[in-house]
Amino acid sequence: MAKKRENGGLPSRRELLAGALGTAAVGAGAVAGAQQGDAPQPRPRAPEDPTKMQGLVPRPLGERSAFETPRRLVRVLEPSSSSRTPLQYLQGIVTPADLHFERHHAGIPNIDPERYELLIHGMVERPQTFTLADLKRFPAESKLRFLECSGNGGTAFQNRGRFPNLSPQEMDGLTSTSEWTGVPLKLLFREVGARPEATWFLAEAMDAAVMTRSVPMEKAWDDAIVAYAQNGEPLRPEQGYPARLFLPGWEGNASIKWLRRLKLSDRPFMTREETSKYTDPLPGEKARMFSFTMDAKSLITFPTFPERLGGPGWWEIRGIAWTGRGRITRVEISTDGGDTWEDAELQDPVLPKCHVRFRKLWNWTGRSAILMSRATDESGYVQPTRAALLEARGAYTRYHYNQIRSWRVEPDGQVFFAG
Amino acid sequence: MVRRWAATGPLLLVLAGCSSESGNDSPRAITGEDTVPPVPSEAAPSLPRPELHPGMPGLLNDAELEALAAARRDGLANIEDLPEFGFGEAASPERIAAWDIDIGPDGEGLPPGSGSVERGETLYRLQCVQCHGARGEGSQFEALAGRVPGDRFPFSEDRRYRITVGSYWPYATTLFDYIRRAMPQAAPGSLPPDDVYALTAFILQLNGLLGPGDFLDAESLPRIQMPARDRFVRDDRRGGPEVR
Repeated sequence: MAKKRENGGLPSRRELLAGALGTAAVGAGAVAGAQQGDAPQPRPRAPEDPTKMQGLVPRPLGERSAFETPRRLVRVLEPSSSSRTPLQYLQGIVTPADLHFERHHAGIPNIDPERYELLIHGMVERPQTFTLADLKRFPAESKLRFLECSGNGGTAFQNRGRFPNLSPQEMDGLTSTSEWTGVPLKLLFREVGARPEATWFLAEAMDAAVMTRSVPMEKAWDDAIVAYAQNGEPLRPEQGYPARLFLPGWEGNASIKWLRRLKLSDRPFMTREETSKYTDPLPGEKARMFSFTMDAKSLITFPTFPERLGGPGWWEIRGIAWTGRGRITRVEISTDGGDTWEDAELQDPVLPKCHVRFRKLWNWTGRSAILMSRATDESGYVQPTRAALLEARGAYTRYHYNQIRSWRVEPDGQVFFAG
Repeated sequence: MVRRWAATGPLLLVLAGCSSESGNDSPRAITGEDTVPPVPSEAAPSLPRPELHPGMPGLLNDAELEALAAARRDGLANIEDLPEFGFGEAASPERIAAWDIDIGPDGEGLPPGSGSVERGETLYRLQCVQCHGARGEGSQFEALAGRVPGDRFPFSEDRRYRITVGSYWPYATTLFDYIRRAMPQAAPGSLPPDDVYALTAFILQLNGLLGPGDFLDAESLPRIQMPARDRFVRDDRRGGPEVR
């Protein structure tokens, strides 16, 4: 029912955007396309009555409708670059692999899976190498889990209100959810005889940055996996093909892609990424190190910039929430700037360390309104206000920006980011 | 591709002191022993491992060690019904040495060799200037040099100061590790140890942490105490109602 309503509103918005941006795409996908210099495409054609002609035959590889052109938003600062997921375009919780965000520091390496090897050494009884076939031969584990860059949301935190024209993609597009399949790391560590005195391990990539992070052994004994598949197929090259470390609920940078080496030790390695980057300055002239866990966060993805509501009446407020500390237990919605809150419905499945979809019907009167969402997780943590984060960490802290976001709906239906 | 200098086995210690005859006029020179380390009587299998400073985040206290032991028990119990599979192949010392390039904050893994600030400056002009600026002030990429007056660490509330090697990096060993594995951009991982020591020395000199006549080797590099070393704390977020 709700879907019908939204579809009813879509054509006018689509036409509006198509007019404004010279493309048929909806939302910031179009913005991305425009920013990347794509030439404006004429709107695809379809027959007046598709029941009066035979359709296409099956194809070896499927593709989207020509009317759907979602795009990641790419920011290239060679060699360090990223692309963001069009969150406002998606329904449900799974991110299509080709729209999963990217973040890499030295480009995407080209790796022959037949020559791939994972080396495990250091404080182990039996240093070993594993081929990709070896990894796939172990009992597998498959989980739907989110992956988020810990820098996600920095623009919204540090430039509050200065950029009302921020879409969910631009603001928070460095988070995605996939079904990740691989071998539990504890199985590999048992295989090589990980010594009890090992407290940390180094994970190293085979990209041109030979990226490294130190990871506490506790995570290996808990839920870390070496993943080789994503949403049912081998990893995409930009997600670490042919195998990556995957640390559920933890900042994305630590889930080392293109994994080639694990070295066990009794101290962290103090790599560039975990010292000069990915540390969080705090008041009192300190910085937090090894801040792995992603705290609870939620984000409305509809209605948001650049949407324009077609008129007063019923609209379904939709979004995603997630936490690195187990399950989301509650998402509340405010339509009056935080004065009053009401529970949103959490859509099944509500999985630990995974995006969960929330929905809340809203009868818009047509007056200006401020929409907000607030997540609570099973640890009892409540998504904080920006003011609370500022007090705890300072205005120019880096990483882990999980403050409540708000959106302003104007009387004409136009929606803007409002801090 | 094989990085022989990382090989274990008999290595010759290169015994170059960190302080040179030119004197050291930098505002904050190397802390710790200023003397040339004693010559060992014979070639050692590896360099002695310096002490880690006790405040280093990531060193586990007794309670954390106990929690880890419990996690290990639970993790292994979780897979105890599974057989030992015996997949994979034994990795030879040579195989390991080919990839074992990481450098610890205690200097573990540092290869033989040495490099001077002077030579580092020459290399820097050839390889690094374009991205990092003539004096490490940053250009296309990030700044490398600069200190905060009084070596304060105001980054959470004051954005006037840049995050640089001298203002933020807690360990000098990280600089060696990163340059060796990832720099220069056009030919990552191509620099021999002497060049990496030299570039590390020059960048530290740009930050006032070495004098113009100084040089670095495996003994002296881990002894450099970075201004921001003691600024880092472990994550104290634990979930629950408190915002940290």
